[in-house]
Amino acid sequence: MPPTTLPKHTPFHEFHRLAGAKLVDFAGFEMPLRYTGDVREHMAVRKAAGLFDISHMGEFHVAGPRALEFLNRAITNDVAALVPGQALYSPMCRPDGGIVDDLLVYRFPDHYMVVVNASTTAKDFAWLEAQAPAGVTFEDRSDQTALLAIQGPKAAEVLRGQVPDAVLDLGYYRFAEARAFGADAVVSRTGYTGEDGFEIYHHPRDAAQVWEGIVAAGRPAGLELVGLGARDTLRLEVAYMLYGNDIDDTTTPLEAGLGWTVKLAKSEFVGRDALVAQKERGLGRKLVGIELDGRRVPRHGMAIASNDRIVGQVTSGTFSPSLERPIGMGYVESALAKNGQPLEIHAGESRLAARVAPRPFYTHGTRKS
Amino acid sequence: MAYPDDVRYTAEHEWARLDNGIVTVGITSYASDQLGYVVFVELPEIGKRLDASKPFGVVEAVKTVSDLYSPISGEVVEVNEALGGNPALVNQQPYGEGWMIKLKPRDPGEINQLLSNQDYEKMLEEQHA
Repeated sequence: MPPTTLPKHTPFHEFHRLAGAKLVDFAGFEMPLRYTGDVREHMAVRKAAGLFDISHMGEFHVAGPRALEFLNRAITNDVAALVPGQALYSPMCRPDGGIVDDLLVYRFPDHYMVVVNASTTAKDFAWLEAQAPAGVTFEDRSDQTALLAIQGPKAAEVLRGQVPDAVLDLGYYRFAEARAFGADAVVSRTGYTGEDGFEIYHHPRDAAQVWEGIVAAGRPAGLELVGLGARDTLRLEVAYMLYGNDIDDTTTPLEAGLGWTVKLAKSEFVGRDALVAQKERGLGRKLVGIELDGRRVPRHGMAIASNDRIVGQVTSGTFSPSLERPIGMGYVESALAKNGQPLEIHAGESRLAARVAPRPFYTHGTRKS
Repeated sequence: MAYPDDVRYTAEHEWARLDNGIVTVGITSYASDQLGYVVFVELPEIGKRLDASKPFGVVEAVKTVSDLYSPISGEVVEVNEALGGNPALVNQQPYGEGWMIKLKPRDPGEINQLLSNQDYEKMLEEQHA
């Protein structure tokens, strides 16, 4: 265990405190759980726009002549397919196919940026550093990077006039180095909500100016500050993975339904042999969407049963504010991973009637494609 | 935050109010703030006999779930049906329209063993010190 230390603060901590946020310890950072209410914040992102401080995430800088080779060997998706100004989602696997983390790779003209989960930043850095060949510079720049996400159908409207027009024309998973709210920034059309939106990477010295600029430009459009609570309900409605819940060291991308990010045809990468073998053998379990009648909510760790036999476990669950019903995800035996399959969730002494449901649950998001 | 002085409190964040021999039970404003937006409250059947400190129901919020514990022993004589249609009353009026059950106490004096508002406030302060 790491020594007990005080939680870290992002450059926006004082804004959270002044806004009256309920703060919680998350991955070693004191972060806003909610400002006004989970449902209100959630619906603001679905209907207008929301501002998220996600500066706790980790950013690594990768450069040098062998940077592409290094990254492409470390992750399952194909970094060689990127053009400058393009980003990529990928799992990073262990040799046995278990997932070390899921991450984004940004291709710049002369280097790459790898964006990882807050809870795994230290683990990922050590993992990647051990694989870095001579001729690659590999640096953790998390402490020099402030990161805000602005998400929602009105995200582009909020940014208009505060970023070059070309930024508003970016396609999904494209980015630009640009001035944003008077600061040097990297702005990407990415997010974790299923809505249109942007993520703005900038230096912590400009953090106050960018935050205040977004809030001032956003308030007339109905922008709300959004905490980790609504961040989780938003991502779960569109069935995005949460590392540590839905995927971890013991699950593979194939089991999680992330086969589209595993490029077996590219050059050798860590975990390839195990994933090829698993594919040939067939999957023992699969991640599925779960829907329920009633209002009891499935929660992480609850057992899933079928015909009085335990067949899996819930990995994520919430009450969906958009759909006004409980939703969840979990692993079940592959034979049961078909839409409509009846399941039973063990919630303490209660037994909740559930069934396998298509993912995503919420299909009206404004995300670009 | 002020906690009303006309109810008694438990360390599990329930409150209890004695009125004409009947004890009304709900959860505190601290509890409903911690839980966040409440989406469902599972309550016992009328006539059920509850034991002090034992679970009597479940409150589901968007982000989390919590058991409800009976502050005293007694028989359920009424449950708040309004929570079925509008569970967020627990957030909006935790000491009023957001009440959960009414009990006929086994021992009408038992409620006096619960925490006063000052005790409860002090307990919260110590937990957050």
